[in-house]
Amino acid sequence: MMQWMFGVSLAMPAIWLVGQIGLDLVYPGSYLGPDAGETVVHYLGQTALIILLLAYSVSPLRRLTGITMIARQRRQVGLFAFTYVCLHALSYLAFYLEFVWSDLLDDFSDRLYIAAGLGSLVCLTLMAATSTRGWQRRMRRYWRVLHRLVYPAVGLALLHLWWLTRDGYGEVVLYSLWFLVLSIERLWHLPRFKRGWPA
Amino acid sequence: MLIRRPPKISPLEITPEASYVTRRRWLKQAGIVSAGLTLPMTPTYAGLQPDDDITPERIATTYNNFYEFGTGKDDPAEHAHNLTTDPWTVTVSGEAKKTGQFAFEDIVKGLTPQERIYRFRCVEAWSMVVPWEGIELSKILAQFEPNGNAKYVEFKTLVRPSEMPEQRSVFSTIDWPYVEGLRMDEAYHPLSLMVTGMYGKPLPNQNGAPWRLMVPWKYGFKSVKSIVSIRFMQQAPRNTWNRLAPNEYGFYANVNPSVSHPRWSQASERRLPSSLFNPNRRPTLPFNGYADEVAGLYAGMDLAKFY
Repeated sequence: MMQWMFGVSLAMPAIWLVGQIGLDLVYPGSYLGPDAGETVVHYLGQTALIILLLAYSVSPLRRLTGITMIARQRRQVGLFAFTYVCLHALSYLAFYLEFVWSDLLDDFSDRLYIAAGLGSLVCLTLMAATSTRGWQRRMRRYWRVLHRLVYPAVGLALLHLWWLTRDGYGEVVLYSLWFLVLSIERLWHLPRFKRGWPA
Repeated sequence: MLIRRPPKISPLEITPEASYVTRRRWLKQAGIVSAGLTLPMTPTYAGLQPDDDITPERIATTYNNFYEFGTGKDDPAEHAHNLTTDPWTVTVSGEAKKTGQFAFEDIVKGLTPQERIYRFRCVEAWSMVVPWEGIELSKILAQFEPNGNAKYVEFKTLVRPSEMPEQRSVFSTIDWPYVEGLRMDEAYHPLSLMVTGMYGKPLPNQNGAPWRLMVPWKYGFKSVKSIVSIRFMQQAPRNTWNRLAPNEYGFYANVNPSVSHPRWSQASERRLPSSLFNPNRRPTLPFNGYADEVAGLYAGMDLAKFY
């Protein structure tokens, strides 16, 4: 039940976006604005970052509240974050680059924030690919080591946004503080972490 | 200094939009050269290309970059109605004979705005086609009789935190006022326009009322809005974006598809409206398609160096 409720909530942003796209087809420009591609890319990027930060918040929330049920949702929240990151990257490829791959190479070499974003995507892909119980069993203690990739994944995503922001740093400061506070909390709990709880 | 201010009457108060729109259409069809008419507007389609469709007015007046009102595209349209544009005083200083404080009305008095339909290309890789009304910048500047030392002209936007929310924001790193500038020969080029209206109406606040620059061969951030200061200088002014990120924004900012930018590829642009299934993407032209008119200004210059 809890699983299901979490799933629906995390899918809401995508469902909402599908609705907006549908309405925009009927009333062009009224729902996605005059630069529809950019609206979609930004919306998906923002959603991806928020859900990624939510995934990063699961363990601290468990420690704070003592509700262990939450911890069981971590995989699902993480996979949703990964899905939104993929949709964000896909919308960028479709609407900004129109799948011209040479433009992707130019973006990767000329624009550092693109490289940072792709770096974050690579980290998350490795984590998503090894997210099943089977992989957990197979990789044993290395699983936990690999899944520490969440730190560079969130860090690079934030760097991506920092480098993108031209002015009006309110939003990126907020997300960075979120990441910072939770990272300090993790450091605080390091001894307990050693006694057997994966962060 | 005493400034006489005649009561401001917008042409719109006298002539309803519908009637002059039909009148203009009729003038165009009849091919009449407007001589001595109350609204002598001869549209100049400088370098307009066959597929340059005019951007819908709603888009040009609701999708704006005017960071004084916020960094979101819809922030200016949402907040700019608070801006007081009357009275409007302009300070003229520097290398010119006539300097001091002038009322906006006195500067534009006797100068008839022309309609100019220009492509407008933002450095963020979107573009529009907008029917501006304005006065050739040279006619504005010549009134102040700049002297031989004037090699550059600097423009500044209003600073009024009480009406411009982003100027109060702690998350903004811009050192207000917003500053832009041109070389004198650029400013005196006949395409350079001081805009006072668009779509046959007075300039909306979010578009830079009561007047803003329009230099169609340069990225949009050069076309400074709501100007309160004009300064004639010997040295090039440090423009706002150049100060914030010198590796991204130069002084010249000529539209140039071959100079890569650290944020946006400038090779192509999205002509608004751009929808998901019709992105309306097109290649960006050197000098935004005005190379025939303006390339001569930069003869012998390395445009990759002076970006």
